[in-house]
Amino acid sequence: MNIIVCIKRVPDTEARIRVDGSGAGIDKTGIKYDLSPYDAFAVEAALRLKEAAGEGEVTLLTLGESSSQETLRKGLAMGADRAVLLTGEVTLDGLATAKTLAAELEGVEADLFLLGIKAADDDQQQVGPMVAALTGRPCVSGVSSFEVNGSTATCHREVEGGSEVVEVDMPAVLCMTKGPNEPRLAALKGIMAAKKKPLEEKPATEHASRVRLASLSEPPARAPGRIVGEGADAVPELVRLLREEANAI
Amino acid sequence: MANILAFAEQREGQLGSAAREAVSVAARLAEAAGGAAHAIVLGGPGISSVAAGLGAYGATTISVGEHDALADYNPESWVAPIVDQIRSGDYAAVIFAATTLGKDLAPRVAAHLDVPLASDVTEVELSGGTVSVTRPVFSGKAFANLEIEASPALVSIRPNVFQATEQDAVGEVSTFTPDIDVSALRVRVIDRKSAAEGSVDVSEASVVVSGGRGMKDPENWGLLEELREALGSDAALGASRAVVDAGWRPHGEQVGQTGKTVAPKLYIAVGISGAVQHLAGMRTAQTIVAINRDTDAPIFGVADYGIVGDLFDVVPRLTAEIGALKAGD
Repeated sequence: MNIIVCIKRVPDTEARIRVDGSGAGIDKTGIKYDLSPYDAFAVEAALRLKEAAGEGEVTLLTLGESSSQETLRKGLAMGADRAVLLTGEVTLDGLATAKTLAAELEGVEADLFLLGIKAADDDQQQVGPMVAALTGRPCVSGVSSFEVNGSTATCHREVEGGSEVVEVDMPAVLCMTKGPNEPRLAALKGIMAAKKKPLEEKPATEHASRVRLASLSEPPARAPGRIVGEGADAVPELVRLLREEANAI
Repeated sequence: MANILAFAEQREGQLGSAAREAVSVAARLAEAAGGAAHAIVLGGPGISSVAAGLGAYGATTISVGEHDALADYNPESWVAPIVDQIRSGDYAAVIFAATTLGKDLAPRVAAHLDVPLASDVTEVELSGGTVSVTRPVFSGKAFANLEIEASPALVSIRPNVFQATEQDAVGEVSTFTPDIDVSALRVRVIDRKSAAEGSVDVSEASVVVSGGRGMKDPENWGLLEELREALGSDAALGASRAVVDAGWRPHGEQVGQTGKTVAPKLYIAVGISGAVQHLAGMRTAQTIVAINRDTDAPIFGVADYGIVGDLFDVVPRLTAEIGALKAGD
């Protein structure tokens, strides 16, 4: 069972995001970076599948700066076998990113290609299905868990107002979201082993971004709220405000 | 003069707010561009009768692809008719709703057309032939203002953010039957479970009642269920990550990072302290109410109205008061 997992290095989800002086970037001071949480679900799914199959290889692939090595090493420490870093700029044009990844994945033989459903920085939720379309492979997005049966994968996905079970022919692209399996933490042994695992770094094929970032802004601060009162006695006043002031009920 | 296309999503043969919002945005952009708004709907036989209703939201023409295989969403059969429609129309922009379906479909269409996609936008304008959008990044901790330097510009709009605007207008419906080889589909939906009858998804609800650790025990969710019922049929239950991770509530209810982003008219956070990942998923709600024992809980920093106190006293009272109010309406 050979699985390729596309991952991304993003600011830790607890990071406070501030716009920098240019007005078109974030202040990176003090920001810790980590594997995007959705990608961690994808790595975990790949490792479990490989372990269940008892054979195969899990390869990590990313586009990013050299600093992404650290993120790839984390995935290797979790248990992936090898990693490829395409060094290049990541833009807000998801199609440009997808083309770079697709160029690397074109013709590659693997049973499954996994991605996190979205990256926790740009939140575009588009690269996975784009990679699938560009490489001509079938794709299921929003997969919380799946099982492989021969040449198909049975995927469980959540949709508005319900859930679906979807069968897809392999090789397939699956975009993973949160599911029953918590991503594992790397053990010390894994961290030591990761240092010796192959990590290939090479320049990415460049695709010009056709999405121009004009500016970045912090969300408008919410007008300061008020404490209506304490305990159940405050409820009538809350209800009055919701009806008369906020027009919310 | 530029026309704008809206992909109007149907679910179980019905057009909901996602379709109306997409068509309304297309109509607004078309007016700015001096062109017309068109809509495309894909569905099973008979869908054209409901699709006609989109004329009232500003679609001058409504193309309806009818086929047994289009009754339910399948990416393998839905992409081609939309790509064909876009290619035939010389559109300046194409609007999708950023629903589960739209987020799955739009990237595939973008890849086939070789044009970029701006996902989940909260603002979109068309000026001087250029489409510019605002969209949340870093889970809503910042907003990016983007210009799309390609035509057509593909955009998916965040549900509940844009107004669906009814007009005194009628659209012209034309029906076509796409050529679909069902046996060639590489993706097959083999089971579909609907949530409880009449329930609305947290990402689409106009009122959300969310519970966190402060609820103490999954057995106590009946309190929130009663409050939800009092608020009406547009209300849904949400949950913090902590209670989903603890197995108290299903992941489908999780609000925030690794869960759903919601923008309801009213968000009531009960026993939720307000971790930054949770705030990211609900801070664009119009009105936020927090009920929490801890005066210092971060949720009070984003709440419009807060009650400090024991939720087990406050929530039943709130349910009773809202129930009485609705009964008097």
